[in-house]
Amino acid sequence: MGDILTFTLHYDGAFNKNSLGAVAEAARLASELGGEAHALVLGDASSELCATLGGYGAAKVYRVAGPEGLSQPVVDAMAALVGDRGFAYALFGGGLLGFEIGAGLAARLGAGVAMEVTAIGVRDGRLIAQRPILGDSAISEIEFRGAVGIVIGRLNAFDVPEPTGALAPVEDVTVAFNDYSTRARMVTRGEQRGENVDIEGAEILVAGGRGLGRAEGFELCEALAKALGPSSAVAATRAVVDAGWYPYAGQIGQTGKTVAPKLYFAAGISGAIQHKVGMASSENIVAVNKDANAPIFEFADLGIVGDLNRILPKLTAALNARSSG
Amino acid sequence: MSRDRGPDREKGCPLKVCVLVKEVPDAAVRKRIDPQSGRMDRSGERNLNPYDTHAIEAAMTLREGGEIEVDEIVAVTMGPESAVRALHKAVSLGADRSVHLCDATLAGSDVAATGYALAAVLAREAPDLVLLGQQSDDGECYTVGAVVADHLRMPSLTQVIKLEVSGEGLRCERQAEYGYDTVEVGLPAVIAVGDAINEPRYPSLKAIMGAKKKQLDTLSVGDVGIDPARVGGEGSAARWVAAKPPPAKAAGIVIEDEDTDATVAQIIAWLDERKLI
Repeated sequence: MGDILTFTLHYDGAFNKNSLGAVAEAARLASELGGEAHALVLGDASSELCATLGGYGAAKVYRVAGPEGLSQPVVDAMAALVGDRGFAYALFGGGLLGFEIGAGLAARLGAGVAMEVTAIGVRDGRLIAQRPILGDSAISEIEFRGAVGIVIGRLNAFDVPEPTGALAPVEDVTVAFNDYSTRARMVTRGEQRGENVDIEGAEILVAGGRGLGRAEGFELCEALAKALGPSSAVAATRAVVDAGWYPYAGQIGQTGKTVAPKLYFAAGISGAIQHKVGMASSENIVAVNKDANAPIFEFADLGIVGDLNRILPKLTAALNARSSG
Repeated sequence: MSRDRGPDREKGCPLKVCVLVKEVPDAAVRKRIDPQSGRMDRSGERNLNPYDTHAIEAAMTLREGGEIEVDEIVAVTMGPESAVRALHKAVSLGADRSVHLCDATLAGSDVAATGYALAAVLAREAPDLVLLGQQSDDGECYTVGAVVADHLRMPSLTQVIKLEVSGEGLRCERQAEYGYDTVEVGLPAVIAVGDAINEPRYPSLKAIMGAKKKQLDTLSVGDVGIDPARVGGEGSAARWVAAKPPPAKAAGIVIEDEDTDATVAQIIAWLDERKLI
């Protein structure tokens, strides 16, 4: 028995990329375990959309009516499915809801949970999860005792394959939610704050973090981006977006966008894992930070320990002098 | 339990808030894995998790905001004897008293076992609101809130960056996969807050000096009815079986900016070499 259940998040008529990666990864692992990958969709999704999960490897899709965008109704639904149909593992793609659901499900089922997982293997008919720890300076291997194991992937950990076009059967399942699972109520979802900046097409990104010190610090980033050429844009970390210094559309990381530009210039960014997962695939990473202990220096190709307020204006001026000279 | 804290909590009843806190390694201390056990070496731990200071500040903001009466703020931790320092810090930042779950049986608990044990302590306190920091500085386990909530059968939300009293519940804002979400949560509830929610205050000298005099209850596993078979390394269902180094990556160059003109010349040469400018 090696069936794997995944949760597939959807919004605005499309599935989340990390969820699709999780379906494909579950299908790969289930075939090694001699089982099937099944997917749960919660809320208002068309049968046509649900069936497309077959193209990523889902053998079956369960659709449960319920409130979208909150974790606890999904915990109820997954616990019911695990109880009724006996899944050996639950797998989640990276993202906020996956963490909440996976942890809640672990509590409900008395199951073990591994999070921030970057790779999963099979050994002796059981899953082994790999999780980088200590600022990615080591990788730990985690295995599970008990009937069910729960694996939560790191953002972008699982590749999304081209869909095969196969369609999965969709079964509607009714779940009775716990009273406490419905005592959180979504008022507004997916609000975009600030103007719409486009960072995904840029070849060069100048990203600003808390080290800029204040919202006006982004002027230094804008000036540098301009000096770096027409295919440059300015991006930001979650911390400064939450602080209102930069629009949400320009945010990189766990709850923002994932980018892989030719050059990623990080100004005043510490490089916490939640940010790193959104930009680590960049071809070249340059970081300026006054804290020599900042984690970003562990993975920057060129790191400068210094004051960005001194370095950025001079760098911008030098680049401008070069292009006009 | 002294009063009903269920969903039909009496209107206008003062709030009891528990804040989960944790001792973590000082950011300046290099973290490492004990090669014998494969577990995090926690011997260098000595600070209150910085994220937890935001949770305490959020409790203080509710108390001082005046929209709802907060009659007690209790700091709760699980950890070895040294963790009392995190509790003293929490009290100096505003908690009225603290509870320390301290038992050798708990060593090596995974996040699910830790959440189970903390929930047992919290059930004894019967709070209307449990606050915690969205993640800890060490294991980055930003999941313990969801575990605790499920055991307590309370609604829960993590990464909350704005918290307001709304009717008999709370109106919370957070960043999720598709933008900012606003969610109303009924009490009692478990809320993990993000660091954008507030700027934690600095404790006054008087508060620091007075912290050791405030009530601190030390509890063992037996005191709160924790099943010893469900905690500790042996009671944890997720087992760390090995740790290995990550795939080798070419180390980057790090330069100290001493002469900015020279630094800028180096950056430009580096970019030029890679045809990035």
